[in-house]
Amino acid sequence: MNTLNVIAAVKAPVIDYKGISPLFAIAGGAVIVLLAALFRGRFVQRALVPFLTVAALGAAIGLTIWNWHTGDSRPIVEGALAIDPLALGLSLLFYITGLATVAFAWRSVALRESGSGEFYALMLGSIAGMTMLASAENLVTLFVGIELLSIPLYVLCASEVKRETSLESGLKYLVIGSVGSATLLYGLAFIYGATGHTGFGQIASALGNSVSITDPLLLTGIALAVAGLAFKASVAPFHAWTPDVYEGAPTPVTAFMAVATKTAAFAIILRLFDEALVSAQLQWAPALAALAVITILVGNVGAIAQSSLKRMLAWSGVAQAGYMLAGVVVGTQLGLQATAFYLAVYLFMNMAAFGVVIARERVSEHGDGLKALEGLGSASPLLAWPMTIAMLSLAGFPVTAGFIGKFYLISATVGGDWAWLGVIIVVGSMISLVYYLRVIAVMWMSPFKIELPGLPRRREVHPVAGWSPEADPRAQPEVILVTLLMAAATIFFGIVPSPLFHLAHDVGTSISALVGS
Amino acid sequence: MTVYLSIILFLPTIFGALALFAPRRLALWTLVAGTVLTLAYSIVMLARFKTGVGMQFITDDNWISELGIRYSLGVDGLNLFLIVLTSLLWVPATVAAALRDWDRPRLFAFFMGIAQTAVLGAFMSQDLALFVVFFDLMLVPFYFLVGMWGGEDRVYATTKLVIYTLVGSLLMLAAAVALGVMSTPAGGHISFSFATLAQHPLSGGSQYWLFILFAFAFLVKAPAFPLHGWMPDAYRQAPLPVILVFSAVVSKVGVYGFLRIVLPLLPQASVHFQELMLAIAVVSILYGSVLAFSQDEARLVLGYSSIAQLGFILLGIFSLDPKGGQGAVLQMVNHGLVVAPLFLIIGYLAIRAQGRESLDWMGGMAFRAPVLATVFLIVALATLAMPGSANFVGELYILFGTFQSKIVYGLVASVGVVLAAVYMIRFYQRAMHNPVGAHVESRDLALGPELGVIAPLVLVILALGVYPNFLLHRINAFAPTTKNIPQVALKR
Repeated sequence: MNTLNVIAAVKAPVIDYKGISPLFAIAGGAVIVLLAALFRGRFVQRALVPFLTVAALGAAIGLTIWNWHTGDSRPIVEGALAIDPLALGLSLLFYITGLATVAFAWRSVALRESGSGEFYALMLGSIAGMTMLASAENLVTLFVGIELLSIPLYVLCASEVKRETSLESGLKYLVIGSVGSATLLYGLAFIYGATGHTGFGQIASALGNSVSITDPLLLTGIALAVAGLAFKASVAPFHAWTPDVYEGAPTPVTAFMAVATKTAAFAIILRLFDEALVSAQLQWAPALAALAVITILVGNVGAIAQSSLKRMLAWSGVAQAGYMLAGVVVGTQLGLQATAFYLAVYLFMNMAAFGVVIARERVSEHGDGLKALEGLGSASPLLAWPMTIAMLSLAGFPVTAGFIGKFYLISATVGGDWAWLGVIIVVGSMISLVYYLRVIAVMWMSPFKIELPGLPRRREVHPVAGWSPEADPRAQPEVILVTLLMAAATIFFGIVPSPLFHLAHDVGTSISALVGS
Repeated sequence: MTVYLSIILFLPTIFGALALFAPRRLALWTLVAGTVLTLAYSIVMLARFKTGVGMQFITDDNWISELGIRYSLGVDGLNLFLIVLTSLLWVPATVAAALRDWDRPRLFAFFMGIAQTAVLGAFMSQDLALFVVFFDLMLVPFYFLVGMWGGEDRVYATTKLVIYTLVGSLLMLAAAVALGVMSTPAGGHISFSFATLAQHPLSGGSQYWLFILFAFAFLVKAPAFPLHGWMPDAYRQAPLPVILVFSAVVSKVGVYGFLRIVLPLLPQASVHFQELMLAIAVVSILYGSVLAFSQDEARLVLGYSSIAQLGFILLGIFSLDPKGGQGAVLQMVNHGLVVAPLFLIIGYLAIRAQGRESLDWMGGMAFRAPVLATVFLIVALATLAMPGSANFVGELYILFGTFQSKIVYGLVASVGVVLAAVYMIRFYQRAMHNPVGAHVESRDLALGPELGVIAPLVLVILALGVYPNFLLHRINAFAPTTKNIPQVALKR
């Protein structure tokens, strides 16, 4: 009798299997990939495992589109996970990044040394974490998602096991990431302590009613959570790990981290601040605005002095995070949409840039140095054009998606009475010209002396257009293909941005509490 | 609703793209075909233009409705001749380029084509956001054109050029978005259309800071006195056909922006800052003239003289007087028409002086080259606004307008007219007369490749000198708009 009562009292959560199917596809894919890779045949390692990874991601994309709906969120695991256009839209970005990473990693050293099954399974695991994070409805699932995202990444950073810098990068990321996670967890505990709830919806309704918005416990919790998430999104002043980790990690992993991790971090920042804590906006907005300003300035200034492309892109990523943070600060529908739009644009232009870096560092004696691109305009236009487009887009020139993205963000900031933040975005873009244009100049306007501060004077080497003699530039069609696709998307959405706007608009509908545009 | 302007707008880009796939030797000629076709369409447009009707050949479509950006083009008395000028001057520039050998000619043609589309787009736009798009887009091809085919220090020069101008453009981007968002009535749909924006003027305070941002962008582009830092390097390093169009046409986009955007949309601020802008104009005139007089490099003579000439145009605009405004528009066209052949002439002189463009190196060219000397003299006299040239009428209108509103600035600016004579005559003398330079080979213009390119331009200059009313009549049609500005503004 007694036991029966207990069983009746524990109510199993209602699970919507249709809604959770993308997550199943990814998690299941990870397991299958790992198991398949137990067979050591060349065919399995080189073809079957990547194919299965692609299949899992493709299935997830299909299932996500199948689940697409606008408007309010639909719970998939009651009280823990819910899907709304924000979650679905950003999940699509993770999957696309994953697909590109599969191609980037296919011939990489990391894959050879760590085993393709392990590599791809870890990547899928990380993506599963991101998907979970994006659809988290609860402080606990948020944290589980963050950890599921991060732990595979620590390993992936160190997956080039014979290279010291890769190991160093993994270790560094592990240490810093753990500090970030711990800070976040501490903050989440405070928020729970202040409001008595872990669900985002419950927190939102408790704020201002049963809990004072100026409650010091709550504010401490928010501050700590901001700091923890800022680590993940590499927002200054919590960005110091970014250049080192990005530089040391295998470049496909760097590309994945730069885009997917940042998108995931923004997914949860948007969710936490624009949904759960939106009524405390007056309290957190000035602090986030200050972070955005610092991030934009620090990122752009830091990038100027870099001679390594990976470090340069890392710093530029910091700056771009600052632009997007400005969209979060505004706290309006328009701000949310502009941030989502920019995240999509950010994917295309960064993947194009990283693809070129990957293709070049495998054949050039300069590795990922700026010099590896010297004379690329005449040596390999198929790589030079995507890089040019990516740089122009990152700098915000018109007819690229980057311009529209910036336009959108600025109009969101002005519309939300944060006009001075828009001016800061513009000032940041001005500084960024110095380093973005330098990349273009190196590719198209050489030969000339590149003067970089802090670069030791080395012997002047002028290989024919920078290629190592034995390398065949056409040997990596998959990287070139992805790069070209990403660059084409950057231009396409710069001229016909409507599809992305529709996506951003749908994403905007997921949080209806926000002030309309 | 017509696609007429779109055809003119995109023809150069289409031909530029075709040139990418043309055989090496024919790449630039492909673009020449495109520019000639564009010119033909522009002339037809000019013929069909009805004076005094207002905006014509209107194209108005949604482009990015979510941001309120419309693909909206139109022609009125203000931009009619600037569009024709652009189509006209791109022809000699590309022909001159096609007659030379270039590294990577296909890309050169491609970027030249995009550049023309961008400039035309900036002139045609009737939507502020679209204007910003084209204004910024202009920089991309010029960045490559100067950086890939320029002289020794090209990368330095082009980086400086782009950073200077893009700093201005980005500030303008912020200002444009702010202008659009702030003048949208609450709950209304955001719009950047010039017509709509003019109906919802902003309050004085916002006008002032927006004015500063716009003025900065336009003054850098012109360039005007304190913001011309990029000019000497860019002029020295850029390939001749590129600097030809840059000086003759692109520099006009900035001052055009004042007439199209700043005066109608920010009238109060225009009145508020009138004296400041007039001061900048006058200083530009004097500074440009004096420096043009002391330059040894032929290109820089033209560079600094452009600063002076654009100072005149600015003066006309900020006299805030209808006459001054018309004079400014006329002078934009005139300056483009004279500076283009002058750059061609520099090219011809350099060929005869072992590739050097320094005035010290030249001298005595006129001896065996009477045709070259005549052509040069005609253009030089037109530049210094000799009575009988369209430039004379333009400067007269500008000074007239300035005397009407702010007589002090007019008096000082009149000195500039004299100075123009000084530096142009010095330029002509040092090159054509004087003792024959040691390395100069005096040889007259070759009939086909040299005279053929420059003669049509000189004929246009002569024709307009005889009958400037052809321009004035059509520009006057735009006068009601300019006339309204000071009155509307002063009323508040």
